[in-house]
Amino acid sequence: MAEMIRRGSKAVLLLKDGTIFTGRAFGAAGEVMGEVVFNTSLSGYQEVLSDPSYCGQMVLMTYPHIGNYGFNDEDVESRRCFLSALLVKEYCDYPSNWRSRGELAEFMARDGVIGLEGIDTRALTRHIREAGALPGIISTVDFDPRSLAAKLRQWPGMEGANLVDGVTVAKGYEWRQKSWSIGHGYPEDDLAERRVVVYDFGIKYNILRLLKEVGCGVTVVPAGTCAQAVLALKPDGLFLANGPGDPAALGGIVNEIKGLVGRLPICGICLGHQILGQALGGKTYKLKFGHHGSNHPVMDLTTRKVEITSQNHGFCVDIDSLGDEVEVTHINLNDQTVEGLRHRRHPLFSFQYHPESSPGPHDSAYLFKRFRRLIDENCEN
Amino acid sequence: MLIGSGPIVIGQACEFDYSGTQACKALKEEGYEVVLVNSNPATIMTDPEFADRTYIEPLTPETLGRIIALERPDALLPTLGGQTALNIGIALAENGTLAKYGVEMIGATLESIKKAEDRQLFKDAMANIGLDQPRSGVAKSLADAWKILEDTGFPAILRPSFTMGGSGGNIAYNVEDFEKYVKRGLEISPVHEILIEESIVGWKEYELEVMRDHKDNVVIVCSIENLDAMGIHTGDSITVAPAQTLTDKEYQLMRDAALAIMREIGVDTGGSNVQFGVDPKNGRLVVIEMNPRVSRSSALASKATGFPIAKIAAKLAVGYTLDEIPNDITRETPACFEPSIDYVVTKVPRFTFEKFPQADATLTTQMKSVGEAMAIGRTFKESLQKALRSMEIDGYGFERQLPAAVYLNPAAADDEIVDLVEQRLLIPGPARLCYVGDAIRLGFAIEKIYEMTGIDPWFLNNIREIIEFEEKLAGFSLAELEESDLRRAKEMGFADKFLAKIFNCAEVDIRNLRLAKKVTPVYKRVDTCAAEFEAHTPYFYSTYEAEDETRPTERKKVIILGGGPNRIGQGIEFDYCCVHCAFALTKDGYETIMVNCNPETVSTDYDTSDRLYFEPLTHEDVLQIVEVEKPYGVIVQFGGQTPLKLAAGLEQAGVPILGTSPDSIDRAEDRRRFKQFLEKLELKQPANDTATSVDEAVAIAERIGYPILVRPSYVLGGRGMEIVFDSESLKGYMQKAVDVSFDHPVLIDKFLNNAVEVDVDAVCDGVEVVIGGIMEHIEKAGIHSGDSACSLPPYSLSDEIITEIARQTRAMAFELDVKGLMNVQFAVQDDEIYIIEVNPRASRTVPFVGKATGLPLAAIAARVMAGKTLAELGVVENYRPSWSAVKEAVFPFLKFPGVDTLLGPEMKSTGEVMGIDLDFPLAFAKAQEAAGNPLPKRGAVFLSMSDKTGLQQLVEPLAQAGFTFVATSGTARALSELGLDNRMIKKQKEGRPNAIDLVLNGEIDMVINLPGDARSREDSLYIRRVALDNGIPYFTTLPGAQAAASAIAALSCRQVTLQALQDYLAG
Repeated sequence: MAEMIRRGSKAVLLLKDGTIFTGRAFGAAGEVMGEVVFNTSLSGYQEVLSDPSYCGQMVLMTYPHIGNYGFNDEDVESRRCFLSALLVKEYCDYPSNWRSRGELAEFMARDGVIGLEGIDTRALTRHIREAGALPGIISTVDFDPRSLAAKLRQWPGMEGANLVDGVTVAKGYEWRQKSWSIGHGYPEDDLAERRVVVYDFGIKYNILRLLKEVGCGVTVVPAGTCAQAVLALKPDGLFLANGPGDPAALGGIVNEIKGLVGRLPICGICLGHQILGQALGGKTYKLKFGHHGSNHPVMDLTTRKVEITSQNHGFCVDIDSLGDEVEVTHINLNDQTVEGLRHRRHPLFSFQYHPESSPGPHDSAYLFKRFRRLIDENCEN
Repeated sequence: MLIGSGPIVIGQACEFDYSGTQACKALKEEGYEVVLVNSNPATIMTDPEFADRTYIEPLTPETLGRIIALERPDALLPTLGGQTALNIGIALAENGTLAKYGVEMIGATLESIKKAEDRQLFKDAMANIGLDQPRSGVAKSLADAWKILEDTGFPAILRPSFTMGGSGGNIAYNVEDFEKYVKRGLEISPVHEILIEESIVGWKEYELEVMRDHKDNVVIVCSIENLDAMGIHTGDSITVAPAQTLTDKEYQLMRDAALAIMREIGVDTGGSNVQFGVDPKNGRLVVIEMNPRVSRSSALASKATGFPIAKIAAKLAVGYTLDEIPNDITRETPACFEPSIDYVVTKVPRFTFEKFPQADATLTTQMKSVGEAMAIGRTFKESLQKALRSMEIDGYGFERQLPAAVYLNPAAADDEIVDLVEQRLLIPGPARLCYVGDAIRLGFAIEKIYEMTGIDPWFLNNIREIIEFEEKLAGFSLAELEESDLRRAKEMGFADKFLAKIFNCAEVDIRNLRLAKKVTPVYKRVDTCAAEFEAHTPYFYSTYEAEDETRPTERKKVIILGGGPNRIGQGIEFDYCCVHCAFALTKDGYETIMVNCNPETVSTDYDTSDRLYFEPLTHEDVLQIVEVEKPYGVIVQFGGQTPLKLAAGLEQAGVPILGTSPDSIDRAEDRRRFKQFLEKLELKQPANDTATSVDEAVAIAERIGYPILVRPSYVLGGRGMEIVFDSESLKGYMQKAVDVSFDHPVLIDKFLNNAVEVDVDAVCDGVEVVIGGIMEHIEKAGIHSGDSACSLPPYSLSDEIITEIARQTRAMAFELDVKGLMNVQFAVQDDEIYIIEVNPRASRTVPFVGKATGLPLAAIAARVMAGKTLAELGVVENYRPSWSAVKEAVFPFLKFPGVDTLLGPEMKSTGEVMGIDLDFPLAFAKAQEAAGNPLPKRGAVFLSMSDKTGLQQLVEPLAQAGFTFVATSGTARALSELGLDNRMIKKQKEGRPNAIDLVLNGEIDMVINLPGDARSREDSLYIRRVALDNGIPYFTTLPGAQAAASAIAALSCRQVTLQALQDYLAG
């Protein structure tokens, strides 16, 4: 565990374009580089911190008060925090919530996450909106802009970065937890009406919980698992998880998935969706500053209904690069980007956004039922 | 057809003008013909240009039924006019009117409204979808209630069904209170039922604002967390947006619950509000209630997020879906989303207990506040402190409530002080938050304060940080203060004025220091999306940070200062004027900039003016905006006292004030100069003088003769004003009521007994004067003009007097060189005209005049102030229309049990209604009905008059209309002398059966009670109160009773006229 820095110590953030923000540190001490993105969720900072998709990124929370409810042992989405730093307007060290186990800085320091508070986060958000997601370096030890800039020049950046290897599990495992509720926490069971193998590219636990909710037995496998090994487990369905980094850097994984298309019902989320897109012959591209938040409207084109979704992605599938056999099922109403697709012949669909939410609204949880139906139909055929 | 919410009352304020106005605009934009019915003339929505057909008529199912028969609307939208409109909607559906005329109810169905509003149906519905509620039962009788109590236990929460603003709600801690509250609740509930609930007092309280469209898309616009825990009505609570202390898991379950409730209740389209309680110990989530309509919280949520709930609710009601409506602020994205905000919003309620000294100021589940202010800051601390200084109660932050000596060594405060603070924490009153500050200063532990108040420790710790920083600052002298600490203080929301107190210097010293150290605020935009997309609406709040987003234009611009939080004496009328000012100046090509902090208003809609600053109306905050915007001028005439009080300071700071010069204002306000002014014009005023000591006052009174009217100088709404009949009472008044001194003199006027008061509104451009309206008060001089009913045109004054009043008005306007509005109050006694006061600014009656005559005075005045002449504008006077309009005041007495209903020189009304008809008696009858005081057409009148003068004229029309009389001994004798049969009845103190018994037994249909001296007033309090509590129309002044008698006589022989305002004005 990294040491917790004394709150109020100086910390500096330097962006690639030379912009400097000076604030106060909390959480871990040290120095780190990453891509600065902003997240507009009003709640759920602990889920954000523990979401492996943020590996390699510094996350600015646009809501100004962070730490209000401290941290607890339940609201975690993976085994540790993978992101580089958390940037906030005002950190709170007097958490108030009946589930709180302590102040957020402790939770961050455990995994070496640096916190920066007391900066004009709205100005930084607007800057990112205009300039795009920017590489930055944050330090609680070195405040010299020239030296920081020199270090930042060495950072390779997000494009082309394979970050999956750093976050995936070393060994497969079975999952038993179901969804959380007040007073009951996470119930567990071994029910397995259908069996699903889940590729862990940086998976959020809530995906696994929701698969359990629809009656699936869940086996999680490392990202490097080959197609043959997956088939050897004789699953009824395959799930491609979310994860960090550039999907275009994952050629090996894409090849394995190609070998599974058409042989199993497949569902993908976020990076899993981008990997599936590539396995179907498509390309991906980087968005200017991505979608990170809990309030994006997505329309299900089959029902024409709108769901408020949780989003966290910097890359996107280029729908024009996919053939006629792939159709768009969901679009983002803010910028009309592709949020979901399905294959006309093969039993597969995938989503750019996060139907598992956590944080975010539960509007899209129905998609897990839809996946279960897809598996059932496939089994019956 | 759209129904408004009627007069401003506690629980229903101008938020429904905001929602109705937005709805009118939205529906007209879609090409619908809008028929609007509302009895409140002070609203923007009832301006003839907002709806196609505007009926200013009593909001009763009968009247609405007749208007439906006339107008034949296709649909009725009852969800934008508060509980009033919703209840009428239900009545019209249930009595078959809607079916008969084929009118579709949109926004909500009868079934869904009932499911949400009926306690038992709601409870069943919640059980149906597996949501938890406090244990409870619905009682229709006291016996039921006792049975339910066995399940809930004490303390028990009592909520009568179908009342607004939580009327009649209470918490019972013992059997005695329980019985009392249950009986009262059963009485005032229109369906005579009451909900008895398990107490969740002290739990965390939340609200979610939800929108749903007919395709079942649902979004949460805003979450609100109450700082004050369960047990205080949400309208009286300090509330904060968004929720602060819920994890995402907990919040999402609440969101799921809100969505499920919308679906189960069946609110097909529009906005609703759902309230939740959360047990702080274990997170147990219970549903408290839901409103299937736009509410006060919707207005707050709209202003807090930039998401225009009412406008969108109206569009959804006519068939749009959320994804089809664009978000005005981002333009590119749809309204189907959930706003994300990157600031904290705090709403603080405004109370006026000082007006009702007999009222219990303890905050409970029944709403008692009359207004609210909202503030936006980047942190809770900043937003809270901005909200506190927005209240205009001469507080600028966590003001000290204890004797000054205590603060010299707070840790050593004696037991008495500690007890006092503990009491103030335990029993919530309007100033509790400041006592929390004091408790922290005294060294109370946060845990202890939490236990005493139920205020979540997160809020308390924020307050602790504010107080600790205050203490840190107090350790420096101003010269020692470093830039970083000054900046930190401003970041935390400390007002310059508060800092000046800490450093014992002038406000301007703090300001100069800030400017020297470059500690100035920046302005951020409210954009619905936390900066994710570009915002196109210039809606700003200040904060102390790095980047400024104002981008001021180079246009010629005018800043309009709004009225701040509603209170008695300053309400929607002034917002109406500000809004008109903005519209008019936009028309003349100016860029209009609104500054206000009242979330209920139309003025704080982002599309009312070109730019909106949601900021406190203090010298510091306004001056800063002036510096950023560099306007051509600032308008202070329209927002009531609030901006006027700022005028002198702003002018001193070099800010150009538009309109009548401050020197002219001073000439009208300074008594000595005003006297000279009137002498020059050879006009009369009641004999008067100014006293700076008790002896001097007595001497003056002897000279000018009793009765006299005494009041402290510079007051609003008649604060502390009294009519004094002898030297004994004068001495008493001088000693206890006012703290007289050389700096705070007391004004003494000869009181004109039985004089008729007349209000005149006029506009002057320096060349010409346009008389907007001449209004004759029904009540005699001595009743505050805001509380008096009035008639336009006058109903008893001779033509000669009216002409002379008009002449005098013009003469004064020219002499004062008025540029813009002027209001004059005259008193006419025995054909002599006296001038009571002249105010060169917008008055409370401007909107009423606008509706009664069709002359948009506020708009005309605004354009004149900005340089247009009346001739250019082609204004034609219409102060003697062929019809008659009567304004009547509406009072909050029902919310304050035990408070006397007698009127006096101190204003007590919260709102007003208008009755319009072809003649005065019918217009008066309508005004009474609209004010909730409907005149009976037959039955028994209870009469009790101290002074029998005028009795004959009063009772003759009533006798002719077939009324019978019940009277107390003296009055009964007088009636018998007039040859009128009557039944004599005992006064309360004379034994039983007495007048109260008759009222309670339903044997009395109208009460006329005209007490004389103080003793008879006291003796007769019971009868006025019992009449009020039982909904019996009552009159406490002779002219009021006489007008009622003539109206009853008129009603007995002819029908009231129903005609749209547009038809009256078209002639």
